[in-house]
Amino acid sequence: MTSLEIRNLALAAIALAVAACLPLYGSDYLKSMGITVAMFTVLATSWALFSGPTHYISLATAAFFGVGTYTTGLGFETLPFWSLIAIAGVLGAVLAALVGLATLRLSGVYFVIFTLGLAELVRQVITWTQNMSGQKGLYVLTDLTEDQLYLMLVGLAALVYLTGWLIGRSRLGFALRIIGDDETVAAHSGINTATAKVLLFMVSGSVAAMTGAILAPRYVYIEPALAFAPILSFQVVIMALLGGVHRLWGPIVGVIPFTLIWETISVSFPSQVTLFLGIAFLVIVYFIPNGFVGLIEKARDWARKREGFA
Amino acid sequence: MTVLSLRGATKRFGGLVAVNNVDFDVQENQVVGLIGPNGSGKSTTLNLISGALKPTSGTISLHGSAISGLRPEKITRKGISRTFQLVRLLPSMSVEENVIAGAVFGHRRRWGHEAHAEAQRLLDRVGLGGKGQLQIGQLTYIDTKRIELARALASDPKLLLLDEWLAGLNPTELRTGIELIHSLRDEGRTIILVEHVMDAIRSLCDACVVMSSGSKIAEGTPAQVLSDPEVIRAYLGDDDA
Repeated sequence: MTSLEIRNLALAAIALAVAACLPLYGSDYLKSMGITVAMFTVLATSWALFSGPTHYISLATAAFFGVGTYTTGLGFETLPFWSLIAIAGVLGAVLAALVGLATLRLSGVYFVIFTLGLAELVRQVITWTQNMSGQKGLYVLTDLTEDQLYLMLVGLAALVYLTGWLIGRSRLGFALRIIGDDETVAAHSGINTATAKVLLFMVSGSVAAMTGAILAPRYVYIEPALAFAPILSFQVVIMALLGGVHRLWGPIVGVIPFTLIWETISVSFPSQVTLFLGIAFLVIVYFIPNGFVGLIEKARDWARKREGFA
Repeated sequence: MTVLSLRGATKRFGGLVAVNNVDFDVQENQVVGLIGPNGSGKSTTLNLISGALKPTSGTISLHGSAISGLRPEKITRKGISRTFQLVRLLPSMSVEENVIAGAVFGHRRRWGHEAHAEAQRLLDRVGLGGKGQLQIGQLTYIDTKRIELARALASDPKLLLLDEWLAGLNPTELRTGIELIHSLRDEGRTIILVEHVMDAIRSLCDACVVMSSGSKIAEGTPAQVLSDPEVIRAYLGDDDA
């Protein structure tokens, strides 16, 4: 390991420790924001693991997340909670593999539309099943506290960062960067492009499902419209892009400000949140295509150059 | 020893027969030129060999085992590397990473320090020593071609396919380019080159396959095929034959 890597690892460990101690010192407002930030950090970071290098924009986060919440919803009375998280992870990975095998040979806009449709499809299937059985939704009553759910999310975030770091150093990570640059070159360099993409998509789907499983008790009552809300997929994409997807620590830089603004707007102007989402998207596309991380790096290069000339 | 053989290789695009029933063999350590007028099916033939396109019919085999119809990554792993007619580099990566990309997943695989060392060796080999940390945008045209060549060599292929590697170079660069391929030939590499530059064909090729309108019309040493009346007719028309 280089000294830079050791420094980054230490910084990450400190940040995680500070985050993990939030229940000890935070106010109720901070704690509640903490859960939302942790949730979107996990979702946006794992989304960027796949979509960052490959440039495949997935709108399937809501589908995986919903599968996770329903796993908890259906199983919390019979199985221990930790096993539900694991089951959700497996289901998310399986669903991602199926979707991936069916669609990742498609490129660009076809993939985007399919993933958006997927969340809707799963939601309709569950709604239909519930209508057949006469249910409307599921009560998820557990004695897990908000603090416990928060700590689980922080743990999951640590796992996602570790996975992302390991992938970044691996052949798989290198293969994905090549695929993102030029898929034809990737194939002619001996990379099985379909397998590489499906593997990463599985990681991403699995994490989103686990997040859903952890958060189900917080909702208390879940129904398809809530668990599979398509807006979640859009929020995740925009937060990740806002932060920057070409660095592992990029998405969280977008998640924190976005969540704070989002919460403020939804309290004061609840009907304007979609407008905000749209504006945020336009700002990213027109002004900060590489996200905050891109801006930070540009500023650093610029400062270095100035130093060089001085 | 025969490295590559094509038997009845055919590629149809709808009603157009781009490659029509082509046969030829490539022997070990041989440099074979694939020549012919524009649109005669040379690049398509190369794409059939590398797996970029699947043949409609016919077989292509490498060291006796069929590779026709395999996906390009499989064919690369079996030992065929290529460069592209229009240079394809990885824009987000440094020069060195572009070369390493060829070394990690192909016929011969290296990773970490080994891949790094191999990339350095190849960059020196193609004349890009010391430029490993540059970004792609900072390079001259011939240097981009050199990177592609180094990337193709990085998996130590049994057969190297060069698709108009010398096209677009100015006269000075062309001389350098021909020398570079000459040095690969002296190393004993087996190469198929699609080329329009006649000087290069004369000085580099052991054998030539001439294509016209998708079919093979002549085969032999450069001197033989370039004096063949049918080849002259294909290039220049009936009056000059």
